[in-house]
Amino acid sequence: MVPIQYYLALSALLFTVGVIGVIIQRNIISLFMCIELMLNAVNLSLITFSRYLGSNTGQLFVFIVMAVAAAEAAVGLAIIITLFRNRETLNVDDADILKL
Amino acid sequence: MLKWITLAPLVGAAICGLFGKKLGEKLVSLVACGSVAVSTVLAFYVFFAKLLPLPEDQRRLTDPFFTWIRVGNFQADFAYLLDPLSGIYILFVTGVGFLIHVYATGYMHGDPGFYRFFAYLNLFMFMMLTLVLADNLLLLFVGWEGVGLCSYLLIGYYIRKKEAGDAAKKAFITNRIGDFGYMIGVFLIFTTFGTISFVAKGSTAGLLDLAKAHPADTVMTAIALLLFVGATGKSAQIPLYVWLPDAMAGPTPVSALIHAATMVTAGVYLTARCSFIFVKSPTAMFVVALIGALTALFAATIGLAQNDIKKVLAYSTVSQLGYMFLACGVGAFIAGIFHVMTHAFFKALLFLGSGSVIHGMHDEQDIRRMGGLRKYMPITWITMMAGWLAISGFPLLSGFFSKDEILWRAFSTEALPGPWGKVFWGIAALTALMTAVYMTRMMVMTFWGRERFGQGHEAHHGHEAHGDDHGHGRPHESPASMWIPLVVLAVLAVVGGWIGVPAALGGANRFEHFLEPAIAQAPAYGQAGHAEIRVAAPAAEGHGAAAGAVEARTEEHHDTGTEIGLTILSVILGLGGIGLGFMIWNKNPLKPMPKLLENKYYVDEVYNAAIINPIHGTSKWVLWKFVDVLIIDGIVNGLARLMSGVGSGLRLMQTGFARSYAAIILIGAIAVIGYFAFR
Repeated sequence: MVPIQYYLALSALLFTVGVIGVIIQRNIISLFMCIELMLNAVNLSLITFSRYLGSNTGQLFVFIVMAVAAAEAAVGLAIIITLFRNRETLNVDDADILKL
Repeated sequence: MLKWITLAPLVGAAICGLFGKKLGEKLVSLVACGSVAVSTVLAFYVFFAKLLPLPEDQRRLTDPFFTWIRVGNFQADFAYLLDPLSGIYILFVTGVGFLIHVYATGYMHGDPGFYRFFAYLNLFMFMMLTLVLADNLLLLFVGWEGVGLCSYLLIGYYIRKKEAGDAAKKAFITNRIGDFGYMIGVFLIFTTFGTISFVAKGSTAGLLDLAKAHPADTVMTAIALLLFVGATGKSAQIPLYVWLPDAMAGPTPVSALIHAATMVTAGVYLTARCSFIFVKSPTAMFVVALIGALTALFAATIGLAQNDIKKVLAYSTVSQLGYMFLACGVGAFIAGIFHVMTHAFFKALLFLGSGSVIHGMHDEQDIRRMGGLRKYMPITWITMMAGWLAISGFPLLSGFFSKDEILWRAFSTEALPGPWGKVFWGIAALTALMTAVYMTRMMVMTFWGRERFGQGHEAHHGHEAHGDDHGHGRPHESPASMWIPLVVLAVLAVVGGWIGVPAALGGANRFEHFLEPAIAQAPAYGQAGHAEIRVAAPAAEGHGAAAGAVEARTEEHHDTGTEIGLTILSVILGLGGIGLGFMIWNKNPLKPMPKLLENKYYVDEVYNAAIINPIHGTSKWVLWKFVDVLIIDGIVNGLARLMSGVGSGLRLMQTGFARSYAAIILIGAIAVIGYFAFR
């Protein structure tokens, strides 16, 4: 059996990639994918603990997260499409009219 | 019943003030005079039908309205009290007030602010009656301030004239100084006696009885002096008299009603009302007498040299008020009240007469530009003669009896140490002479001699009040609504003194007997400590012989011979003054008077330099330019500047880049996790 540290290290690595992606990416679709990546990193660690502790609660959380992620993907993609229609760009730095 | 005496004018004031503009002159006159007539009738009814039939020492009617303030053991009711003292006051306040209201309907005819004037005048009647009928010192203060307010409003009635506004402010502010003393006095009374009601209320005894039983200590002196400070403000005594002459900027009926007959005697009323406190303090009595005597003399000398007909009367009023306080100070409170009443008659008459002259002369007030008016205004002339002779002390007229009473009381007083009574008598006698002289001067310059008007300059229209309905030109007699009150007052000025004819002159002095239960007897000097001051000592015969002669003021102790002698002397003084006045001014009406007197001893200038300017300067340069602008504004503006500086600093954090927020969140999360991981 693969030790738990490996799973957690992978999860942390995926999460870090997601975070760094959110910070440095300008393309809104990449940002979106990075967020999904962070969610799945969290899912991975939840599954890991679920298995390790012999409890199903972690898996229930994962389902909830996946449901929320699906909903978020729907809304987020709708926002992206609207943004593109209005601005003809996917660069988040161009969508800054709320900035002072 | 009592409350309707006061409430009727209040209702009148409300109607005139709220709807007067639409009602028109006729209806406003009707409402204003009618409401005062109602309270006059009620006052006479209550006085003669309710108060007089009571036994002499139980003449007290109360009319509780509602409990006004009750905090702990402090209680002030809105309640009215009628006793002989307030009885006398309501009679002449309502009576004279009614006559002046009638007069004012003629005098103010055609004035654009007619309704406003009568609303104020009615409000004044309400406040004045509240003042004299109040059953506690706080309600009295309500009336006290109320009449002050009305006085302010009416002095400044001609709102377009700057000097009227200035005079109004001066009156108001000068009175504030006196009111300060009054308030401290009332506080001290409450802490000393635990009540401010004059008569017993429930289980607490009344102030008058408590004061009677209280030992004569410093507290009593302090209370009496503080109340007297209030009285000097309201009744225009030295050093606070300066507002009264300026107050003549108001319409003449106002001068007659407020600044001669009623309001200015409120200080005398207060002194008489609190006589039980005053008699406990020889010091306070002495101060009252001294201030009164000095004011009487001082104002009379100024009155000698004034050229404005109303100013002459104003200084005369100040001087006569001084007489009243002199009477109070020598322990003759009743003589003071008697003079208040007769003075109300003849001074109201003189003021209304002067108003009639001013009206007939088309707003000319300078007696140097009058003369020979008796041909044009016979009624005004004859009625004013009654007032003039009364104030000068012509035998058997009202002023003769009251003034003579004061002179005799001052001469024979035992309430003052040593020869002071005689000294004050001397001052008062000199003042009596001067009173006759300056009144004669005013009358001669106005009614006798060569006509000095209409030469060169037309009588100018100072007030916008008197419109176009009477043209310029010859003086004319005033309308009936003005001369009828004059006639009534003239009759009163002649006969008003007959109720107080002293025993020495064969009278019964009903006035004094009537008032006696409500007024304290001043003990002989040095006897003030006796708790029971009414110990009759009928055995002590001979004036001032026995130290126990505490009842020295009752008739049987009068040295009748001396009294008659002094009476003859004051008659000589009065007639001599009149003769002197005629001799000097009939020949040369424009005889120049000393500049010092004409300029009122430069008291206003001294006050300006010594008090007003320093206060003004301090306010401007220290309080405004330094404290307000530099310190207070500095703190406020500095705080605002600090906030906006901090804000613009913090604003830099809000970049508007979502990613930088994310980075900050990340760093924060790492910091938190790091803290828990490595601590």
